[in-house]
Amino acid sequence: MVSLKNITKTFNGVHALRDVSIEFPAAKVIALIGENGAGKSTLMNILSGVYADYEGELIYKGEVIRFQGPRDAQDQGIAIIHQELNLIPYLSVVENIFLGRELVTSWGALDVAKMKALAKELLSRLKLDLDLDIPVSQLKVGECQLIEIAKALLVESDVVIMDEPTSAISESEVNALYDIIRDLKASGKTIVYISHKMKELFTLADEYVVLRDGQLVRQGLMVDVDEQQLVNMMVGRALGERTYCQERVTEERVLHVENLSLPHPAKDDMLLENLSFDVYKGEILGVFGLMGAGRTELLETLFGLRGKPASGSFSFDGKNTSFFSSPNEALRWGLALVPEDRKSDGLVLGMDVRSNLSLSVLSSLEKLGVLADIQEKELCRQYVERLRIKTATDQQQVGSLSGGNQQKVVLAKYLATHPKVLMLDEPTRGIDVYAKGEIYDLIREQATAGLGVMVVSSELPELFAVADRILVMCDGRITKQFKTEEATEESILQAALPDK
Amino acid sequence: MNMSVIAYKKRLQQLQPLIALFLLCLIIAIFSDRFMTMTNLWNVMRQISVNICIAVGMTLVIISAGIDLSVGSILAFAGAVTASFLSMGAEIPFFGIYIGFTPLGAILVGIAMGGILGLVNGWVITYFKVQPFVATLAMLTIARGLTMLWTQGYPISSLGKEFATIGTGWFLGVPIPVWIAAIVTVLAVFMMKKTRFGRYIYAIGGNERAARLSGIKVNRVKTLVYMLSGMLAAVGGILVTSRLDSAQPNAGAGYELDAIAAVVIGGTSLSGGRGLIMGTVLGAVIIGVLNNGLVLLGVSPFWQQVVKGLVILIAVIIDRSQHKDKK
Repeated sequence: MVSLKNITKTFNGVHALRDVSIEFPAAKVIALIGENGAGKSTLMNILSGVYADYEGELIYKGEVIRFQGPRDAQDQGIAIIHQELNLIPYLSVVENIFLGRELVTSWGALDVAKMKALAKELLSRLKLDLDLDIPVSQLKVGECQLIEIAKALLVESDVVIMDEPTSAISESEVNALYDIIRDLKASGKTIVYISHKMKELFTLADEYVVLRDGQLVRQGLMVDVDEQQLVNMMVGRALGERTYCQERVTEERVLHVENLSLPHPAKDDMLLENLSFDVYKGEILGVFGLMGAGRTELLETLFGLRGKPASGSFSFDGKNTSFFSSPNEALRWGLALVPEDRKSDGLVLGMDVRSNLSLSVLSSLEKLGVLADIQEKELCRQYVERLRIKTATDQQQVGSLSGGNQQKVVLAKYLATHPKVLMLDEPTRGIDVYAKGEIYDLIREQATAGLGVMVVSSELPELFAVADRILVMCDGRITKQFKTEEATEESILQAALPDK
Repeated sequence: MNMSVIAYKKRLQQLQPLIALFLLCLIIAIFSDRFMTMTNLWNVMRQISVNICIAVGMTLVIISAGIDLSVGSILAFAGAVTASFLSMGAEIPFFGIYIGFTPLGAILVGIAMGGILGLVNGWVITYFKVQPFVATLAMLTIARGLTMLWTQGYPISSLGKEFATIGTGWFLGVPIPVWIAAIVTVLAVFMMKKTRFGRYIYAIGGNERAARLSGIKVNRVKTLVYMLSGMLAAVGGILVTSRLDSAQPNAGAGYELDAIAAVVIGGTSLSGGRGLIMGTVLGAVIIGVLNNGLVLLGVSPFWQQVVKGLVILIAVIIDRSQHKDKK
């Protein structure tokens, strides 16, 4: 049905996919698996027409084709159900399902009756009984996800791509979805199914495709493998350098969390449940979890972004305190967070390097209420030198730096606050290999200088490269703790996978 | 491109409004011999001063990625409060005591009133998360209503010679309102360039979330910005009241639009994070000169509005194209 021939895709010189060739036959469910960053999303985006600039060939129904945008791909019969919801909250269920493909009567008005009838039929196939006129903002997340699926089914597609379709839906809804997938398969469609949940894959899929680091590891039949073999294929790369519990790690506890729980703001559910852990001076604690494991929520709670609802006890630098209520308070205590998304959370892109770097320590650069230029320049010079930030002058716009250098500016901004504990969320996302190595060195330097460091990552090699100890999270809980030298990628992934 | 060329280009871009102003003056001067007289020029400057005070406050608000539509009404309210305290004093209820006010006392009360209304704006915006447009639109109506209530719809006049000096007097050969506008400008430039507070305003407007994560107390800074805007509107109100020797209940109606126009012509981006006080001052001068010139050239008031609108559009389009060019 669809096949990819020697597909290569790069972003700013970084390979997201390298020479990938895959066959997606008709009337089959193909499981697409790989760790975060393995290239799954890039592959899906090429298949569904989001990226048109790639090397290699996409062959669809026997012809070489290059989709000009998502709509083009849809019209030609490739539907994708995204993990993130693309519904418009204030429009009704029907309006959302038919958005952009509204049916009209012969004189141009919306044919509401016909749309409703069709929508009802679609939803009944999904065993979903909903009032079609209520806005989707009133629906549960799982129902929204099913509506996304209904939207994709509305268009008669030959290829249906599903990206983690069950991440938010309940058991019975999952079964309805399975039925639909089997129906689709029986009618000769190709289903590409992305999921981390091994059980689902073994229930549904006929074939597997494993990607790793942008390359195809293997394509084969599900009946020929077991779970362990698949996990091995996902991670089985030659390991880079590993750090072991270093002598820099002390016995002195700098951060202590006990029974931290965080309720979901809207639903009767927990985002974090009974987390307890410590960070020691001089230690690098790695936190691993798949998407939705609660890593970001954990960091946000510690950094004071979640406010009151968090419960549990907390002590910092030997003093018991309540969880911080704002980043300001956290920074004053000496807890810094280098956020995951440097463009939206880390930097003011329109300002220059110097202003960004000094932003969180401006009060210390004041003399009688006036900013001291000389001190500010000196601070900036120090950090540019120490972190080897490549910038023409400190008045260059920070947005014009490379990703790695931007990340260093964010790091410098928080190091300048002289934190006692430094938390980093996905510290090397989207930066090239060389800059990665530099960031790792800087992280180690901080631990050597006596800071407690927490590195949250979805990339195992990263944690093996820097962490002394690794916490594994899944569904808002800590499922396992490892000393890095005792951990294997397989054992960590086992602990991180839900649904077993 | 090497750095000096970039710097040169940047310098040239900053000069553009100045060149535009110069050309504008030249054209008006060619067609009207009254434009270049000292009397006229000082008159124009005196009129512009009010808009400069308001527009400087508006610049702070807009750089923080907000908007303040209530300045015209706050101006009227502050003027009315000042005038009534000055002419009638204040009665302390239940005691039957009247307190008289010196001009300075009345002015401080007026400015404080502007500050309080601005504080309410800031509080509604940060605490209840109401969009600045909506919150200050409500304040526009509320403050106008309060002014009507305070004055019962009648002007408050005869405020004394001393008070009238502020709006009409001269100091060292320069009208006093021009001095006040100049002082406001200098203080604001200093604040934006040399203090932590100014830097925070730019940071919040550029990326509020990053600013919060950097430990900036975003809500406090934003509230203060609206308070300053209210206080500067009040300063404008006192200038207007003093010049007319009368507080008009409908004073300042529509002034918020002139202020926003000055900010926009001055190159400040409505999406926040970028802009200069001096740009706004130039913008206010351009609008003032344009108004004056159109009158002197005998252009009909209807056409004046069309021309003013076109000038705003052209200024923004030029600015936009240059900004795109930078990226």
